[in-house]
Amino acid sequence: MALDVDGQATVRVSEAAAERPPVRKALPGGQLWLLLPALAFLAIFFAYPLFDVVLRSFRDGQGGFTVQNYEAFFSRAIYIRVLLLTIEIAFLTTVFSLIVGYPLAYVLANSGPTVRSFMMLCVMLPFMTSILVRTYGWMVILRPNGVINTVFAGLGLGEIQLIYNRSGLMIGMVYTMLPYMVLTLYSVMRGIDGRFVAVAQSLGAGRWSAFWRIYFPLSMPGVAGGSLLVFILAAGFYITPRLMGGDRDQMLASIIAYQVDVLLNFNFASAIAVILLVITLACFGLYARVVGLKQLLSSKV
Amino acid sequence: MSHIKDVTGGTPIVLESLWKTYANFVAVSGIDLSVGAGRFCTVLGPSGSGKTTTLMMIAGFVAPTRGRILVSGRDIAALPPQKRNLGVVFQNYALFPHLTVFDNVAFPLIMRRVPQAEIAQRVERMLETVELAGLGGRYPRELSGGQQQRVALARALVFEPRVLLMDEPLGALDKKLRSSLQIELKALQRRLDVTVIYVTHDQEEALTMADQIVVMQGGRIEQNGTPEDLYDRPATAFVAGFMGDTNLVRGVVMAADKDGTLRIDHPTGRRIIARASGFQAGDHVAASLRPECLSIESPDGPEEPENAWDGRIAAVTYLGDAIRYHVAVGENRPTLAETLVVKAARRGTEHRRFSEGDAVRVRWSRSDARVLPPTRADARILPPMQAGGH
Amino acid sequence: MGSDVMGSDALLNPGLPVRVFAWIMLAFLMAPVLIIIPVSFSSAQYLSFPPPGFSLQWYERFLGNKDWLAAIWVSIQVATLSAVLTVIIATLAAIPLVRSDFSRKTLIYGLLLAPMIVPVIITAIALYFIFARIGMGGTVIAIAIGHTIVVMPIAVVVLSATLQGVDSRLENAAMSLGASRFQAFRRVTLPLIAPGIISAGLFAFLTSFDELVIPLFLGGPNAQTLAVRIWNSVMLEIEPTIAAVSTFLIALTVLIMVAANLLKKARRWA
Repeated sequence: MALDVDGQATVRVSEAAAERPPVRKALPGGQLWLLLPALAFLAIFFAYPLFDVVLRSFRDGQGGFTVQNYEAFFSRAIYIRVLLLTIEIAFLTTVFSLIVGYPLAYVLANSGPTVRSFMMLCVMLPFMTSILVRTYGWMVILRPNGVINTVFAGLGLGEIQLIYNRSGLMIGMVYTMLPYMVLTLYSVMRGIDGRFVAVAQSLGAGRWSAFWRIYFPLSMPGVAGGSLLVFILAAGFYITPRLMGGDRDQMLASIIAYQVDVLLNFNFASAIAVILLVITLACFGLYARVVGLKQLLSSKV
Repeated sequence: MSHIKDVTGGTPIVLESLWKTYANFVAVSGIDLSVGAGRFCTVLGPSGSGKTTTLMMIAGFVAPTRGRILVSGRDIAALPPQKRNLGVVFQNYALFPHLTVFDNVAFPLIMRRVPQAEIAQRVERMLETVELAGLGGRYPRELSGGQQQRVALARALVFEPRVLLMDEPLGALDKKLRSSLQIELKALQRRLDVTVIYVTHDQEEALTMADQIVVMQGGRIEQNGTPEDLYDRPATAFVAGFMGDTNLVRGVVMAADKDGTLRIDHPTGRRIIARASGFQAGDHVAASLRPECLSIESPDGPEEPENAWDGRIAAVTYLGDAIRYHVAVGENRPTLAETLVVKAARRGTEHRRFSEGDAVRVRWSRSDARVLPPTRADARILPPMQAGGH
Repeated sequence: MGSDVMGSDALLNPGLPVRVFAWIMLAFLMAPVLIIIPVSFSSAQYLSFPPPGFSLQWYERFLGNKDWLAAIWVSIQVATLSAVLTVIIATLAAIPLVRSDFSRKTLIYGLLLAPMIVPVIITAIALYFIFARIGMGGTVIAIAIGHTIVVMPIAVVVLSATLQGVDSRLENAAMSLGASRFQAFRRVTLPLIAPGIISAGLFAFLTSFDELVIPLFLGGPNAQTLAVRIWNSVMLEIEPTIAAVSTFLIALTVLIMVAANLLKKARRWA
């Protein structure tokens, strides 16, 4: 009960309220229909086609159910080799990107504003430039008559084969993936309070020890997120391996394209696509379990 | 300003058993409130007391679980915010950063399709009223905090709403600016004769501005009254503690005479004699003793007279115009529960000063001890089920 | 982390060796982009570095060729269409994602971002099968749809973050002042997120303009984008015409980055 200041009693019985129609539901939420275009678009042009690929992968030439596409893949040494190679290359790319990208991101995150914006430009401009353009640039630099070999010849050194083999592939892959790694690490490192490290040092930790015990663990979400991103992208990458790798360096994506484009073997291509998809989702699932998805979303550029 | 008077002649705002419950949390539990025309009503409470939820229900941004919100006798609970015609001043003002001061203030008039010429006229007049004439072309970020506050006020008043709702509008400002704006705000409210519901957690602010103060705690109204009522006649220990400083001495009623004399025993074995009705032996109560109502003296004689507790000075604080003594009255080391705070006005040099460690006697008269139930919010009740109406 | 000299204001100041390493890596990142520009102005008849002299011959071959110009036109159509589509769909989706509370929010968010973790080659062949079946393969619209799928997740993330930056109390304030929900969005929220929307649109345009894999499968003789044309050309031989085309694409990238940056600074009220 409550008394208003005029001394008038405004005692109300709560049963009276019970007889009235319930008030309308919470005001927000009325906007949920705005998700419809996005969800419908994804359902029609993403979920359904993917589902179709999965179905195809279990279909034989006559349209009947079969697992022969998968059998064909796993019974041929060449496909197994490509599968293992894909994982190996994606893994090596991730490791190299991390080793190179971590110090770079650290400097980027802990430099003054002027230096930082210039450095950021040096990362963003290549990142935003077409992969084809950048790969072409590498071809100009690395090919037999390219920039590096011209310099080597001038120094009286012999020609070295830097492209159309494993070294060319790795240079191209690490180069292409480095910005993803750096930007993911950077966004996490920017949020690390330098005072933690200062406190550790005031408590007696050496500079190196303060880094390993304090800074590095705090940057782990970036390390995990960046590594996942790079691995997933590298595993499914098509352009760079085709242009910079040798014939023996082709990965799953190249095989899928070849099956579709040249052999018109759609069902088998679908099976390989499903295998690639499973690898990708497995990495993602592992990441979700270990680090959690919130981290991934928050570490996005 | 042609203020829209209530056609019904009734109160502009009436809340009837208003509830807001979330899945496992009762934010507002069945409050009743009515605010008369032209009144300045402050809803006061600590954070989480339900005061902002209540305001947001009136404004229309939070849908009540049940209950009625009557504005001039009309139930607006089902109306969307834009149809309620209530002015709202938000915490941090919520000024539109991409619009100039003029366009901010013009916004509600544009929404109401007021003719262009009239908009210009009314906005200019409003800006003059809040002493911002000439600043119409600025953007909000180019203004000081106090000026932003005035723009928010102008924007909420320019369409001449019946009621102005304010959610901690001075919270972001420094103390000095706050107190000058409090007085201005109050003067403006009087001049425009608008009904205000003002949410704050600052009791000093409430005492300065309000005609009516509603103290909320745990989703319920603890007390509703004039500032004098709340300060001098708090209904509960919570209100007494919230409105200014007080010593809350908790104890149990040992004896209640027919004439209203109570004997209350404190866990230390000491005793308070007070007068109050409605209590009986065995009740747990809190006696509120305002620091300025207590006197402090040297203990004379071994026997403690009525309402006089002996103790030792635990701390002395100089407040300038007064001295505050913390007197430990417990047997053991001084804990907060066994400390009385005494605020003694300084009267030149003649006033006897005590220092830390001195044995003293704290006294008060029977009428200065206010006996209160602990709090109303101790028992939280769930609302009646939606379905089982009749 | 080699140096022990540490200023009090630069707690995490990287040591000299680390800084040197970082600059070398930045040079590594910039090298292939920068090398192309002088090559494109080479007077040599074949690819050589350093170029023996200045000439615009490769730009004449690029811009004087009907096929290259047709490819640019196809790319402009595709990129514009997919940027518009992306921005509309993603903006609409961002509103409930940021402003509403609903039980399956994380799930919905995850669904919207799913195309990001599926390799583009898979999305490309999946759409290729579908479009081939309904006879939509090899069209500008097909490519634009594919690119919308690829870019939309990032646009949703960017626009959600932008919308998050707009205090929802501003919308509440607008409604308390008499605006309907739609008016509050149009007059308050939309102007505030407009720079973010335009940036996202520019980004989507650029991504679509450059992306290769989708048009490689969904394009055709009548819808050959610039990227596909470059690809076909590079697969045959590394000729300097591509350097001219590449320089054109780098210029476009710089232009879009500058535009996005100016956009950020243009707001007088921010």
